[in-house]
Amino acid sequence: MTRHRGRGMAAINYPIGMNLGGDPSQALVHSNPSGKFTVALSSIDLGQGMKSVTRQICAETLGVPVEDVYVDTADSDTGPHCMGSFASRGTHRVGNAVMAAAKEARGVMMEAAAEELEVNAADLETDGRGNIHVKGAPHRAISVKDVAIAAQFRQGKTISGRGIFLVPLSDVDPETGEMSPATCYAHACLVAEVEVDDETGEVGVIRMDSAYELGRALNPRLVEQQLVGGAWMGMSHALYETTEPYYPDPRQGPRDFVEYLMPGPGDICPHDIAVLERPAPDGPFGGKGPGEMCANPVLPALANAIFNAVGVRIDELPITPEKVLRAIRAQGGARPQTRR
Amino acid sequence: MLELRKDIFADERDDNLNEVGKGTQRQDMLGHVTGTSTYFNDHKLQGMLHLRVVRSAQPHARLRRIDTSEAERSEGVRRIIRGSDVPRNLNTLLSLINFGKDDEPTLAVDKVRYRGEPIVAVVAETPRAAAEAAAKVRIDYEDLPAVFDVEEALKPGAPTVNETYPKNTFIYHERYDHQKLRFGDVERGLAQADHVLEQRYQMSPIEHAPVETNGSIAAPDTNGRYVVYTSTQALFFSLDTCAKILDLPSNTFHFIGGTVGGGFGGKVDTLTEPLAILAAMLTGRPVRYVLGREEEMQFGPPRGAERIYIKDGVMRDGRIVARQIRGYFDSGAYTRLSSYAVVKCAAHLPGPYTIPNVHGDIYCVFTNRTPATAMRGFGITGIDFALECQMDKLAHLIGMDPMEFRILNAYRDGDMKAHRREAKNTALIECVQVAAEKAKWPMREEFRRMSSRKDGGGARAAVPSTPRETAATRPAPAQQRTSYDRGLSSPPLEPPPPPPQSPAPSSSHGATRFSSVFGTRRR
Repeated sequence: MTRHRGRGMAAINYPIGMNLGGDPSQALVHSNPSGKFTVALSSIDLGQGMKSVTRQICAETLGVPVEDVYVDTADSDTGPHCMGSFASRGTHRVGNAVMAAAKEARGVMMEAAAEELEVNAADLETDGRGNIHVKGAPHRAISVKDVAIAAQFRQGKTISGRGIFLVPLSDVDPETGEMSPATCYAHACLVAEVEVDDETGEVGVIRMDSAYELGRALNPRLVEQQLVGGAWMGMSHALYETTEPYYPDPRQGPRDFVEYLMPGPGDICPHDIAVLERPAPDGPFGGKGPGEMCANPVLPALANAIFNAVGVRIDELPITPEKVLRAIRAQGGARPQTRR
Repeated sequence: MLELRKDIFADERDDNLNEVGKGTQRQDMLGHVTGTSTYFNDHKLQGMLHLRVVRSAQPHARLRRIDTSEAERSEGVRRIIRGSDVPRNLNTLLSLINFGKDDEPTLAVDKVRYRGEPIVAVVAETPRAAAEAAAKVRIDYEDLPAVFDVEEALKPGAPTVNETYPKNTFIYHERYDHQKLRFGDVERGLAQADHVLEQRYQMSPIEHAPVETNGSIAAPDTNGRYVVYTSTQALFFSLDTCAKILDLPSNTFHFIGGTVGGGFGGKVDTLTEPLAILAAMLTGRPVRYVLGREEEMQFGPPRGAERIYIKDGVMRDGRIVARQIRGYFDSGAYTRLSSYAVVKCAAHLPGPYTIPNVHGDIYCVFTNRTPATAMRGFGITGIDFALECQMDKLAHLIGMDPMEFRILNAYRDGDMKAHRREAKNTALIECVQVAAEKAKWPMREEFRRMSSRKDGGGARAAVPSTPRETAATRPAPAQQRTSYDRGLSSPPLEPPPPPPQSPAPSSSHGATRFSSVFGTRRR
């Protein structure tokens, strides 16, 4: 019995948002009289961090601290229409809608501040800490809170904004498939190292190194959460999971997590990630969307690493020990390829 | 663990920002880590009933008789719901964007098309009473031949899974059983190539496996409205689907969600809301309908299986000159969203590479299994597995390093993509370079110096001459219609689908069309 090490890689890109566009999202932003802002959405936070990323986008656009913004999601009576949380559209589509709404609200806020300070709104800037001051003259300042009070009780202005983002729907040519599927793409390359046991066919994942280009990492910790979790999902998809183990024979399907195999804590591996940022021209602060694509390069990188380790190609998922062992036996034993 | 490479593409960014780019703690973190965040299933309402569906034991059968008499007498049962109780018992999810024909009942009436298809819903005082009554529903089946393999389903004489699509494929542009992609002359490209490699890849179906299974709670509210707590990933998508199925104005419903215990694409199908609301309407009480883990794994929609054939032509120097792809998406018994993924897959061809001759035929195929749905990477994950395994084999075949092989063929700014749009904002080359550097994978200097921003466009920006195929006899249908201009549409070109078994619906209903999409319109 020998354990053979091998390395494999894969490179991918991924379209952001619903294919062909036509998937709008709206956002509403308003201030209360204390200068605290609420973002109303009907978008869903599945755990990916929708509330947090839109909160940061709103705070950045308004020029206020992130603590002064609260995101309220998914009430159909208060949140305006959103297509939904799927197709890597949250950051790009909803983020843009929030940015548009926050810009409109900021416009009113600056006008109200200008009236209080008796200056031109174009001469004002925010300090990001809850104050508005005349450019180059920080002492001529007013807090966002005082602006909000003045707008509400003296000026009769509503510091609020509406935003929508829509990529116009593309047609598809029936004959050639000519179409505009997406406005921007994220990119990735991943290297996986495996160890294959030629007696049992078992594949252990030793480590991963990767580079992801995501436009802009709006919140690097949320990005890391997606990329680490996505790599686990890719590994699970490649080596463990199926609802039909003998597909297309539909029988023998698993009914619970005892029968449905997934990698446990002992099966995961170190993953060293680099994030590149080439801003998308139409993304909020250049952001694209790391959500879906991060599982994709793991599957082929593992299959290619297994070939490098023992010389067998498994083209049917999942790559179970049974398949690996049968393939090794069919070729008369492991045939390690050039070490990389 | 995570390193930001700010040095790359620095000239394209303004990094002078206050909040964006910071690793700020999530707004909902405290609730999540202390177990106090509120999910749909945390709403325990006074007098709440519990709903359970009776599922088909057969993959393909006529329903001869559904006997609920014993179940109705079972202790704690408040209501049995059949297909005839559903106002519009035929729907397709993407009818909200006018794509595809209504092909799926909420509760099966005449026939079942997969094992696990809902036939009857039981509403009872407790989950146990609902389960016990469900076990007392007697169903007589007349078994029909079933088909499980996508290529078998396309053969002449294969059993028809879904009568809305008699040939077992979704229909694109009202004339083709697949989505085409044509760019250049793939036959000529393959003929010129030094090597041709044809391979078959198979993706298996997998489960989304969220911690929180699909579910919802519906309750009568004041003013004739219903409040619905739901696990949906798409609030208005689910709300408008319910408005359509229940034939009520959309403002009848107040949907509340937003904090969901994992979705990954498995919570778009509006599996539970229509029956939960209908049960609340019929009983006047709050109703909870939550899938158990076995239901979620076997009858909640999976990521569907895909079978992909790739035939590539490659030169000894490493250039790929032709790529031909045939793909089959296993949609299961109904369309759900697979028809959409097929077009997304066609748009993705030939992967992030500039190849002068590309030919794709992608099919959405119906089989007698649980309908598939979206999952993380929908339409792309499967083809990426196939393409990148194929790339590794091609590199091996010509004796080239796989990293350098990717960089050589990578798309760059200004290149023409196979769907005939210019590539912009590309970064594949840089990702390969950085990954190689991180993994200490040796790479020759000339490849380390290449850039997505250099040497693209020019001759690579041209749309190659593409031979026309002799098939298009019918003019392209009018595109981009919404429900608002349905009156202008031409008469249907195909036989109408079987009539719904429930009372005939009126032509209008409460759902709002979000937008319109090419191809077959809902009638």
